[in-house]
Amino acid sequence: MGAFHSNPAEQTYRDLAEKTGFSVEQIWILHNRFKQLSHDEEMLRRDDFKAIPDLACNPIRSQIIEAFFDQRNFQTNSDGTAHEIGFEEFLTVMSYFRPPSLNMTQEEKEDLRRAKLRFLFNMHDTDNDGTITLEEYRHVVEELLSRSGAIGQETAKGITDAAMLEVASTSVGHMGPDDVYEGITFEHFLKVCHPFPAVKGKLQLILTAFVHTLFPHYRPRLYIGYTGVHWA
Amino acid sequence: MTSRAMTLAGLFLLLLTPGTGGSQVPGTDGAGDHGGPHGLDGHGANATNKAFPVLSFDYKHVQMPFEISLWVLLASLMKLGFHLIPRLSSIVPESCLLIVVGLLVGGLIRVVGEDPPILGSQLFFLCLLPPIILDAGYFLPIRPFTENVGTILMFAVVGTLWNAFFVGGLLYGVCQLEGTHLGRVDLMACLLFGSIISAVDPVAVLAVFEEIHINELLHILVFGESLLNDAVTVVLYHLFEEFAAAGGVTIKDVFLGIVCFLVVALGGILVGAIYGVLAAFTSRFTSHTRVIEPLFVFLYSYMAYLSAEVFHLSGIMALIACGAVMRPYVEANISHKSHTTIKYFLKMWSSVSETLIFIFLGVSTVAGQHHWNWTFVICTVILCLVARVLGVVGLTFMINKFRIVKLTTKDQFIIAYGGLRGAIAFSLGYLLDKVHFPMRDMFLTAIITVIFFTVFVQGMTIRPLVDLLAVKKKQETKRSINEEIHTQFLDHLLTGIEDICGHYGHHHWKDKLNRFNKKYVKKCLIAGERSKEPQLIAFYHKMEMKQAIELVESGGGVKIPSAMPSTVSMQNIQPKKPTERALPQLSKSREEEIRKILRTNLQKTRQRLRSYNRHTLVADPYEDGWNDMFLKRRRVMELGKKISELNNYLTVPAPAPDSPTMARARLASDPQAWSIKPKSDSIPTIQVDLASPQSPDSVNMVDEFNKPSKPTEAEEEEGLMMKAPSSSADQKERKRDKEDGVEQQRLARCLSDPGPSAEDDEDEPFLP
Repeated sequence: MGAFHSNPAEQTYRDLAEKTGFSVEQIWILHNRFKQLSHDEEMLRRDDFKAIPDLACNPIRSQIIEAFFDQRNFQTNSDGTAHEIGFEEFLTVMSYFRPPSLNMTQEEKEDLRRAKLRFLFNMHDTDNDGTITLEEYRHVVEELLSRSGAIGQETAKGITDAAMLEVASTSVGHMGPDDVYEGITFEHFLKVCHPFPAVKGKLQLILTAFVHTLFPHYRPRLYIGYTGVHWA
Repeated sequence: MTSRAMTLAGLFLLLLTPGTGGSQVPGTDGAGDHGGPHGLDGHGANATNKAFPVLSFDYKHVQMPFEISLWVLLASLMKLGFHLIPRLSSIVPESCLLIVVGLLVGGLIRVVGEDPPILGSQLFFLCLLPPIILDAGYFLPIRPFTENVGTILMFAVVGTLWNAFFVGGLLYGVCQLEGTHLGRVDLMACLLFGSIISAVDPVAVLAVFEEIHINELLHILVFGESLLNDAVTVVLYHLFEEFAAAGGVTIKDVFLGIVCFLVVALGGILVGAIYGVLAAFTSRFTSHTRVIEPLFVFLYSYMAYLSAEVFHLSGIMALIACGAVMRPYVEANISHKSHTTIKYFLKMWSSVSETLIFIFLGVSTVAGQHHWNWTFVICTVILCLVARVLGVVGLTFMINKFRIVKLTTKDQFIIAYGGLRGAIAFSLGYLLDKVHFPMRDMFLTAIITVIFFTVFVQGMTIRPLVDLLAVKKKQETKRSINEEIHTQFLDHLLTGIEDICGHYGHHHWKDKLNRFNKKYVKKCLIAGERSKEPQLIAFYHKMEMKQAIELVESGGGVKIPSAMPSTVSMQNIQPKKPTERALPQLSKSREEEIRKILRTNLQKTRQRLRSYNRHTLVADPYEDGWNDMFLKRRRVMELGKKISELNNYLTVPAPAPDSPTMARARLASDPQAWSIKPKSDSIPTIQVDLASPQSPDSVNMVDEFNKPSKPTEAEEEEGLMMKAPSSSADQKERKRDKEDGVEQQRLARCLSDPGPSAEDDEDEPFLP
């Protein structure tokens, strides 16, 4: 490992490792990828993301890209969107997808889970008012159905209405006829997402690197996998 | 009741036991009828000597089907009987009871002096096993299966190999010990025995696990393992059989064995997949012959099984692959009734098969020639248990390194404890050639003992153990639309993240497969428009149809299709901020014009508006000759009263007319009544469709119009359920007197209204 890095870089990696929870090897891999995407520049822009060929067929591509530039996800207590991000921000966003490490307490695991759900929530709440309104939710469904043409447009409305009604029923319970359900707050979101085993399981994208300590010159492979239904 | 049924059945058997021709006294019940017309032929020549036989007994020529039917009838009556006894089925699993019944029946037959039939391998493998496996494969939950396929394969392949060699090897060691008189059993025979006894049996696992409702993960792990280890078992069995006959084994043979395993497993899957695709393709053209659709499913699957067996490939894997591959396409093509037919036939056949298998196991125990050797049998049982536990623990240790969701000790215990042996082991043992394996009887005895032990002891105790260990049970929650949306969203999100990281992981390949499926495969295999329907929409339509059916079945009464009663309704959700409306700014004169037009046209639409807003109700409800309707639909009015007391309603707009689920759901109602107009766009029109999603604009239009009167009590309709109308939850409604009248009107209106398209003049927008 030492052959590839100068000491100051290693120090920054270690700082980042502490901050984000990745291991130094994983950070090294991600940094390589960052450099590849940004064509060896310091900052990454939206166009760089759009240039990734595989991402082109993803129906929620724009939302994913926006998530990287959303300052709420940078853990710096700021809002708004950035035009370009550095490696640290990139890493911070990626850290939402790491699994809980084995030596975490229950509380830390809960915090991590909350952070992940907050990330997901921020993806939906585009105007940053703290609630997912009907329009925003509809936008989500429309994006998902964006490849189905006209059928998608018509039913997106109905699907959104039905989904919203469900959330409102389960989280609020009783509302008078004049009350308006403003939107899904983060607390409601937690409540709604809580019993879904599939959702819970998926929030833990495994990001492990197999480091071959016997072969330091062998470039470690980044392995992203997902298994099973989460029962913790 | 059941004992009487049993004795009755037993009597039948006694009287009509096979192969004894004329030596038995014929019973006087029913059997004599068979003689009738056929008796003539035989006796025609002797007409001059004997009297004309009015009644004769000729059992021989219906013997085979008669006996088969009798056995199946016995099995079904037993199944019936068990559930009549209240406490029994909760303590003892059905499989145990059936084996006991089999023992009794076998004993009865023995007592009579006949030879009870043995579960023939031919009968078992070709007739009894396929329905069970097809049922399992067709309804295999694909998502949990593919998510855990690595773990399942590890258990199935490595676990079974470990079991086989451990048991076989140690048994050989035991046999070599002095004083056991087992010196004749050589290594190959022991290994063969080990491979037969080591396979977890799908039939037994299904029978026991179905009753304990364990959580999905454990269920799919154990069950998946029992299905996939068939390939290993087949290969090992044939391998050791060959080796035992040949005498020796070389490295080359071992290598060939591994190749053989791959061929057997992959070949089986390939055969199954091919037949699955054929079945899906055939179902594309069955729109005019709906009646035989289920037949194609069954025939293709059975052919897949038989074709695989021809080449000694794994028939079970072929069957699973066939069912799993054809299911999504076939279900998109066939009618709703065919779907129900397939489901019920599969369940029926597999249920009967399972029952018969266990009964025959019991009978075969009585019938078989046994050679009891204490050492061998006891050692086998102990070694099986030990091997299973060690195997599971060791494998889990390795597997947990690769899993996010680790398997806990509790899980491991259940997996180890759930490794039941069953009839497959018995049939394989029965197939052994007596010449090459003189100790076959001893083997059979040991196999039966292990089966009995696992089914009785483990089967009976697993339920209290599950409760004791507080293992998570299956969650009964229905999949909601939110969950579906989020699952899909997360799928895409994770695929995107993988792409950004530049690594081709699990999600990337899954996404590629889905896209390939959508682009090419679905077009070939699914008929017409349905090939383009995205999954989310299909799910949504299915959900709303289910809710509609539920509503109708419950009489529109108390049953609410939602988890919690709440008074939230559509109006709470629709944004009411005026700034969100897309209405253009109107000048005052324009507004007046609009008002005038609306007022005049309101006369025409008064009928329809009435059904939405009680404030425009000015005329006598019995106007316009609705008298007759009311009298006819009196029952429906009761319905209306009940509906008004509902707390929550999921009002959903009806789907497009040619969507597959709608097409399938042409229930008894007049399709015309539910024809759907294309949704009006945001031009504010007063035309409020009965069956299309309500846009906030039109609602607000109505609201605005009624503002002078009582704006806060405006009712809002969002569209109608398929058979019964719905109302938004309005507490105040209940208190209103006029409300009944309105409800009646609305109901009568909804059910008699042929639909908006019938009244063309109201379709045009009111703005010039």
